[in-house]
Amino acid sequence: MIEVKNIRKGFGDKIVIDDVSAVMEAGKCNLIIGSSGSGKTVFMKCLVGLFKPDSGHIIYHGDDFTAMDDKQRKEIRKEIGMLFQGSALFDSLTVEQNVMFPLDMFTDWTLAEKKQRVNEVLKRVELVDTNKKFPSEISGGMKKRVGIARAIVLNPKYLFCDEPNSGLDPQTSLVIDKLIKELTLEFNITTVINTHDMNSVMEIGDKIMYMYKGKKEWEGTNKEIIFSKNQRLNEFIFASEFLRDAKDMRMLEQAGKIDENRNMDDMIK
Amino acid sequence: MKFFTEFGRYILMLKGMISKPENRKVYWKEFMHQCNDIGIGSLGIVVIISVFIGAVSTLQTAYQMVSPVIPKATIAQIVRDTVLLEFAPTLVCIVLAGVVGSKIASELGNMRVSEQIDALEIMGINTKTYLIMPKILAALLVIPMLVAISATLGIWGGRVAGEAAGILSTTDFDKGLLSAFLPYNVFFAMVKAYVFSFIISSVPAFYGYHVEGGALEIGRASTKSVVVSCVLILFADYVLAALLL
Repeated sequence: MIEVKNIRKGFGDKIVIDDVSAVMEAGKCNLIIGSSGSGKTVFMKCLVGLFKPDSGHIIYHGDDFTAMDDKQRKEIRKEIGMLFQGSALFDSLTVEQNVMFPLDMFTDWTLAEKKQRVNEVLKRVELVDTNKKFPSEISGGMKKRVGIARAIVLNPKYLFCDEPNSGLDPQTSLVIDKLIKELTLEFNITTVINTHDMNSVMEIGDKIMYMYKGKKEWEGTNKEIIFSKNQRLNEFIFASEFLRDAKDMRMLEQAGKIDENRNMDDMIK
Repeated sequence: MKFFTEFGRYILMLKGMISKPENRKVYWKEFMHQCNDIGIGSLGIVVIISVFIGAVSTLQTAYQMVSPVIPKATIAQIVRDTVLLEFAPTLVCIVLAGVVGSKIASELGNMRVSEQIDALEIMGINTKTYLIMPKILAALLVIPMLVAISATLGIWGGRVAGEAAGILSTTDFDKGLLSAFLPYNVFFAMVKAYVFSFIISSVPAFYGYHVEGGALEIGRASTKSVVVSCVLILFADYVLAALLL
């Protein structure tokens, strides 16, 4: 579990994160949503220690990450896996070497043991026959899977995903979402995901935090989000008229007032 | 003001890279990889430049020595000292600042922009130690070797060109080569090589590591690192000559 208490972060005069508190629970997909520039990436970078908050506390399972020295922070980071927006795979290494990298660095296993573990995680993310390929030779979806495999190879307690679906088609996005969800449940990981993708929100959002201009605007689950009364959140979710109409229909359907003869032409004006 | 800010960041980068490696084996592998990249990767261009510089030195020295009272063997002496004192360390290092420096800056810049450095940080790796230190150590090991090779090949190129052009025989050349030889000149060349190696590796590493933005900024950082390295090499060349000669 990660507890965030009143963190603030600014660059110069600009406050990017303003007094945000949250609890990220273990075994759940904790989503941070918000429009571009809302501060969610900076918030995540504060969580993983790439940025130092100006004030506030980030507590990893009872240990205050913000008060730790570099050595203690390094230890916590060994329990963190992160999937980056662009996958951040090392260009000069093959898929196998990329996934093996954390094992090379932090374990004294034999090569055979490391290879076995790499094959296990690659199989888990459904990647076969790609071990010897370079990142430039595989698709965007496969790169994300390699990124996930690298992130989970050391059995992390915390998994951070920065826009895991960016640049992927809807079907591949769904596969990645399901994979993250399964891994979260399987290993009881505290997963934190930054996303714009409403499909992800509805599919895997056990806990959702909506950020607006650096502040936490709303918090809830995927079941609550579409019925939220928060106007800014509604503007963000139902940005298109199509989605607004879909929501209205869903409400009517729930109230038993729906016209059974409706068709898509009525929705798409 | 900007100069002092950048200089301060450069010093902090150097200070930050001095820490215990997380895994000696991985660091050793990276060091060897960099030795190969910097050393073997630049060997071809160093060989070509050195041979031709030596050859041209012989021809031009002979062209300028019009007095019949000066023995031909003096040409070899001049070529030897010019190659040792200036051409091998300075010229080769300026070329390496372009070849190696731009590679280091663009490699680190690309890693920064594509979040590979962030990925390493999150794994708990000191990225300055892992990415910059092996490059600097590798440069300090292999660039002086390249300078030594360059000096040897430069003199050999001059010897071959002297005979091919009918200026002086190899016997005369060898005679000149061995007369009035000062081993201190070799020491001076090596001091220069070590100082320049540090500049060639650390300055581009600084610019590459601190890239912000995208592909355009990587290109700019790469160009800037080569320009700054070349200027610093020339400045250091002057300072070392003033201090040590």
